Amino acid sequence: MVLIYVDQADGQIKKTGFEALTYGAALAAQMGVSAEAILLGATKENLSALGSYGISKVHHAGMEALNTMDAQVYAKAISEAAAKTGATVIIFSHNPTGKAVASRVSASLKAGLVAGAVSLPDTSNGFTVKKSVFSGKAYAHIAIHTPVKVISINPNSFYIKAEASGTADVEAFEPTVQNARIKVTAVNKVTGDVPLTEAEIVVSGGRGLKGPENWGIVEDLAKALHAATACSRPVADAHWRPHHEHVGQTGFQVAPNLYFAIGISGAIQHLAGVNRSKTIVVINKDSEAPFFKAADYGIVGDAFDVVPKLTAEIKKLKGIS
Amino acid sequence: MKILVCISKTPDTTSRIAFKDNNTGFDDAGVQWIINPYDEWYALVRAIELKEKDPTAVLHLITVGGADTEPIIRKALALGGDEAIRINSSSDDSFNISSQIAAIARTGAYDLIFTGKETIDYNASSVGGMVAELLDMPFVSLATKFDLAGNTATIAREIEGGEEVCEVNLPVVVSCQKGVAEQRIPNMRGIMASRTKPLKVVEPEAVENLSSVAAYELPPAKSGVKLVDADNVAELVRLLNEEAKAI
Repeated sequence: MVLIYVDQADGQIKKTGFEALTYGAALAAQMGVSAEAILLGATKENLSALGSYGISKVHHAGMEALNTMDAQVYAKAISEAAAKTGATVIIFSHNPTGKAVASRVSASLKAGLVAGAVSLPDTSNGFTVKKSVFSGKAYAHIAIHTPVKVISINPNSFYIKAEASGTADVEAFEPTVQNARIKVTAVNKVTGDVPLTEAEIVVSGGRGLKGPENWGIVEDLAKALHAATACSRPVADAHWRPHHEHVGQTGFQVAPNLYFAIGISGAIQHLAGVNRSKTIVVINKDSEAPFFKAADYGIVGDAFDVVPKLTAEIKKLKGIS
Repeated sequence: MKILVCISKTPDTTSRIAFKDNNTGFDDAGVQWIINPYDEWYALVRAIELKEKDPTAVLHLITVGGADTEPIIRKALALGGDEAIRINSSSDDSFNISSQIAAIARTGAYDLIFTGKETIDYNASSVGGMVAELLDMPFVSLATKFDLAGNTATIAREIEGGEEVCEVNLPVVVSCQKGVAEQRIPNMRGIMASRTKPLKVVEPEAVENLSSVAAYELPPAKSGVKLVDADNVAELVRLLNEEAKAI
């Protein structure tokens, strides 16, 4: 059986959770076994509807102590569920929760872990999983040697797939909940804007925009596309934009479907944070900018001229006035 | 207070990545090795700051690797730290590596164990959590801020769609990223001092590898950028919509 941990934020399943469900169900079908899900903490979701993702049973541990993420407590609950249900593969998203919990579950069950998978396992001869390595510059096929396996999947690596309908059995699950040793005292959600690491589309600006006062054209384009805004390191270092927008090797790594780089030269450190994006569009005055080599589409031109026109064309396409 | 910082050796960010032996091994010809940036800039520097504030604190660095890791650990000692431990193992399995670190940490009774949020080669983000699990310690991952008052750490961490602040009593394992500290450059005094700091070599415990690399693969080369004229922005929108199906 494939057990899928479905992460929630404020009692709601996010994109990464649906990706994990889709991946887990596809793997279960490949292995000829069933797919079950586990959710921790209070939920606002209709859990039986997760059947439409190919899930036969949902284990829900809804106790209050699980409303905040303590990796130790979560790992204990998920490991217990895995043992109880006889799961042979446990799926996580490689999102902040998955990064904290999958490793603990792996160590607790002595189950080999592949963190950051980008495709379904090859089960034809043993069990190998392809994952992204060297910050997106290569892939490794990792063989897991243990009977139980743990896989966390890179966000934006799988298209979410669901049938029109389907119902799953929902079962209350009561794991041993240790006293949490981590006490959450404040939560600062990025509100209003689209969170960067979850965004389908990211619009990113660099030094070529000359100053923070010029970010309006980036924000307008992002708004028209329902995209998140981001920036390069020099921009964050100069405090033109907040640090949580910095993408690159030492900032956040993103892997959206579409990445716009506006006035960013494309230093290798920046590319390391964005090169898992599906489609990259570069707009730069300098035709020699290294970013063009990593791009799918490009315009050599002045951002102040090109970007507003681009925004207008996108609004036209989407019928926004 | 005893602090342990986990240090990993990684190829420099700008390295050309290539493989050898029919794509089963990393080709290190011409590769420059560095301290994994997350370990150096954030985990190590924050630990050094804590020791500067509390001179009675003991700061140890630990790495798992062959003798070729020593220049990297000396470089880390040039930034700070009292001594380093190298576990003489070339395993690339995170569980094996974590078990070696946990074995040392268990006998060393550390109050605080820092790692970088991930290494820039394997990008797994898994050693911190595994070490914490093996030691039955709490784990705060992806920290963006770390403060300590007495026995209580106040840590800001990345969560999906934002950030949250939490409190935890020591001992704790923390994985560090941008925000926790600022990069430092070692000074001459530090470099001189690092040469005489103790570097203990410990043989690994017998631990199984739960996983191994079967093969590497380079992504297919980009087919080349499709350039659109700056006066024809509508064409770019058409391509993104019809060809890339991205909007």
